[in-house]
Amino acid sequence: MNLRVRLRPLVFIAALLVIWEIAARRQSVHLLPGPWGVVGGIADLVRHGLLLKYVVASLFRVTWGFLLAALLAIPLGLTIGWYRRAEMAFNPIVQILRPISPLAWIPIAILWFGVGDLAAIFLIFLGSFLPLLLTAMSAARSVPAVYVNAGRNFGLGPARLVYQVFYPAVVPQLIVGLRITLGVAWLVVVAAEMIAVNSGLGFLIVDARNAGNRYDLVVAGMVIIGVIGLLLDMGMRSLERVKSFRWGYSED
Amino acid sequence: MALLKESVVAPAPKTKLSVEKVGMTFKRDGKSTPVLENINLEVADGEFVCLLGPSGCGKTTLLNAMAGFLSPTSGRIQVDNEAVNGPDPRRIFVFQERGVFPWLTVEGNIGFGLFKLSRAERQQRIDHYIKMVGLQGFEKAYPPELSGGMKQRLEVARALAVNPDMLFLDEPFGALDSITRLVMRGELLRIWEAERKTIIFVTHDIDEAVQLADRVVVMSARPATIQQIVNIDIPHPRDISSTRYLELRDGIFKQIGLAHKI
Amino acid sequence: MNSLAEPRKWERFFWPLLASGLLLALWHFSVIWTATKVFPSPPEVEKGLAELLRHHVLWGDIRDSLRRVVYGFGAAALLGIPLGLTLGWYPAVNQVVNPVMQILRPISPIAWIPVAIIFFGVGDKASIFLIFFGSFFPIVVACINGVSNVPSVYRRSGRNFGLTPPQLLARVVFPAALPQILVGLRIALGIAWLVVVAAEMIAVDSGLGYLVIDSRNSGKRYDLVVAAILLIGVIGLILDFGFRRLEKIRSVRWGFRNEF
Repeated sequence: MNLRVRLRPLVFIAALLVIWEIAARRQSVHLLPGPWGVVGGIADLVRHGLLLKYVVASLFRVTWGFLLAALLAIPLGLTIGWYRRAEMAFNPIVQILRPISPLAWIPIAILWFGVGDLAAIFLIFLGSFLPLLLTAMSAARSVPAVYVNAGRNFGLGPARLVYQVFYPAVVPQLIVGLRITLGVAWLVVVAAEMIAVNSGLGFLIVDARNAGNRYDLVVAGMVIIGVIGLLLDMGMRSLERVKSFRWGYSED
Repeated sequence: MALLKESVVAPAPKTKLSVEKVGMTFKRDGKSTPVLENINLEVADGEFVCLLGPSGCGKTTLLNAMAGFLSPTSGRIQVDNEAVNGPDPRRIFVFQERGVFPWLTVEGNIGFGLFKLSRAERQQRIDHYIKMVGLQGFEKAYPPELSGGMKQRLEVARALAVNPDMLFLDEPFGALDSITRLVMRGELLRIWEAERKTIIFVTHDIDEAVQLADRVVVMSARPATIQQIVNIDIPHPRDISSTRYLELRDGIFKQIGLAHKI
Repeated sequence: MNSLAEPRKWERFFWPLLASGLLLALWHFSVIWTATKVFPSPPEVEKGLAELLRHHVLWGDIRDSLRRVVYGFGAAALLGIPLGLTLGWYPAVNQVVNPVMQILRPISPIAWIPVAIIFFGVGDKASIFLIFFGSFFPIVVACINGVSNVPSVYRRSGRNFGLTPPQLLARVVFPAALPQILVGLRIALGIAWLVVVAAEMIAVDSGLGYLVIDSRNSGKRYDLVVAAILLIGVIGLILDFGFRRLEKIRSVRWGFRNEF
C-alpha cells in the first residue's frame, strides 16, 4: 500500500512527460523539444564538456556571493535586531531596498566590476544580503527575554550569554532563512548570468537561443537548473534535521 | 370514605443515550493502546452527567465517541435507539473557548448553525441567546476582544442556538481562572434549568462534578473503566458546605485514592 | 526586548533620520572623494528624478509596470487560490502534484523567458506570463499551508453543525486559512514586483526595469539609473504597505500578531 502511494506522483510525472512529448511532436514548426529532445540536449552538453563547466561556474558564483552575504548580514542583522534603537534606525532603509530586484542593480554592477564573475557575485550578494539581514533581525528579536534573564540570573557574562544562550536560540530560525535565501540566490544567479556574464547555466539558456535557436539546449538548461535548485534545497533541509539544531521544531 | 391518595409516581425517565460494552483501542506504528474498556452507561433524557477522572484517562475519548467523532473499536453507542455514526447537529460538542470562530462576530458565531432558518427567525434566536448568556452589548465584537469567560459563554450560546438534544462539554472551564469558573458553573446550571438538555460534562475536578451533576461517573486511569457511578441526590441550588455534599465529595475522593492530608 | 529604557516617541523619527542622513552623507562624500565621473551623488539623483517627472516619461513607465503586475499577479491569484485550496483539502491530490511543483519551483521565472517568447513573442504578454509564473507557486503553497494549518477544532465544529464538505470548505476552512493566504499573496506580490522589473530589462521596452537599462545604454545616465532604482524600491514598498492594510480588516486581523 505504501509503495503504491509512493508511485502515484511518479505516474503523474510520467503522464505529463508523455503529454509533453506528444505536444512537441505535433508542432508545425519544430521549435520546442519534447522530453526526449531535452535528454539529447543534455547528452550534447556532456559530450562537449560544457555541462560540468557551466554547472561549476554557476555554483561557484552562488557559493561566493551567498557566503559573503551570510558572513556580513548575519552578525549585522543579529546586532540590529537585538538593539531596538538600531532597528528603528535602519528599518526604513532596509524596507526601501527590499523590493528592488537585484537585477535592477546590473548597470551599476557592470559599471563597478565590468562584465564577468565579479559582477555576478555582486548581484548574488545583493540578492542574498537583505533577506539574510531580515532573517537575522527577526531571529534576534524573537529570542524570548526569559532565556536571557535566566542566563543573567546564573551569572553569565556577556560573552557567555551570547555563546550559550543567544546563539543556540537563533540558530534554528537562521538555518531556515539560509535555506530560503539560498533558493533566492539560485534564482538570481541564473538571471544574472542571462544578462551580465559569459558562462554558467543562465548564459547557456540565452546563448543557446541566440546562437542558433537550440531550444533543446535551452530547455535542457532549465531542467538542470531546476534539478540543482532542488538538490540545494534538499541539502539544506537535511541540515535542518541535524539533531543539535532541532529544538526549534518541537511539533515535528 | 377516604379519598384515594394518588401516589404520584414520576414516569420512568426515557433513556437518551446508551453506551454498551464500549471499548476503544488506538493503533499507532504497530503498537495498540487500549484506552477504554467495557464502558456501560445509560443516560436519561434531560440528565446532567459528569465523567470524572484523572487527566489523560480517556474520558475525552469517550465523549468524542458519544458525540460521533470517533467510532468505538467494540461495543455500540445509541442515541434515541439509533446508532451513532457521525457528528450531528442534535448533539453539539462544546470545546474550551478555542472553538469559537475568530473571524465572525459574536452574532455571527451564534448564528453559525442557523443557516436553514429565515433571516428574521435567525435574528430572533441570536438575540434570545445573547441575552441568555449575558453578552448584551457585545453583538458586534470579535472573539479576540472577549475575555476567556465570555468566549466560553459565546460557545455555549452557539451550541444552544441550534436547539440540540444533547450537549457534550469537554472541560469547558479548564482555561478559566477559578473565580470565573465558579461563576460559569452557576451560569451553566441556570441555562440547563431553563432549557433541559441532556448534558454530558467531562472534568477532572471533583468539586466541579459534585456541584453540577445529577450523576458522577468516576473513571479509572488508562485503560479507563467505570469505577463507580455516584448519584448526587442534593437538589439545586447546592450548598457546598452541607454535610451531604461533603459526604459525597469525600466518598469520591476516597474512591480515587486521594484521601490524604497536604 | 533588551536594551536600556523604553524608546521614547521622538526616537521613532530621530534614529531613522539619523541613520539615513549619515548614509546619504557617506554616499555623497564617497562620490566626491573617489572623484568618479560616472556614479551620481545624491543631489544629482534628485535632479535626475525631477527630470523624469517633468518629461512625463516616468508616469507611463510606472503605469506599464503596475499594469503588468496587476494582470500577472491577478491571474496567479485567480488560478492559484482555488488550486491551492483544493490541494490543501485533498492531501492525496497534493501528494501527487507536489513533486512536480518542487521541481518547477527553483527555476527562476527569468529562465523561462526564451520559452515565454516563443509562445507570446517579445512584449507585454511574455512579461505578464513571467509574472504569473513567479507569483503562482508562492500563492499555491500559502493556500496549501493555510488549509492544513486550520485547527481541527474548527473543522469539527463545522461538521458538528451539519455542514457538508463544500460548505465546510467555504464557511470554515477558507476564513480560517485567510490570514495565511493573505500573507502568501503579499509575498507573491513582492515577488511579482521583482519579476516585472527583471522581465522589463530583458523582454520589453517600457516600464521601470526598461528605464534602468535604457538610461544606461542610451547615454550612461547613471543619475537616472539610480533614480529609477530608488523609485522601484519606493513603489514596491507602497504596494507592500497597501497590502498590509488589508491585514487589519477585523475579520482577518485575528490571524496576525502585532507585526511591525
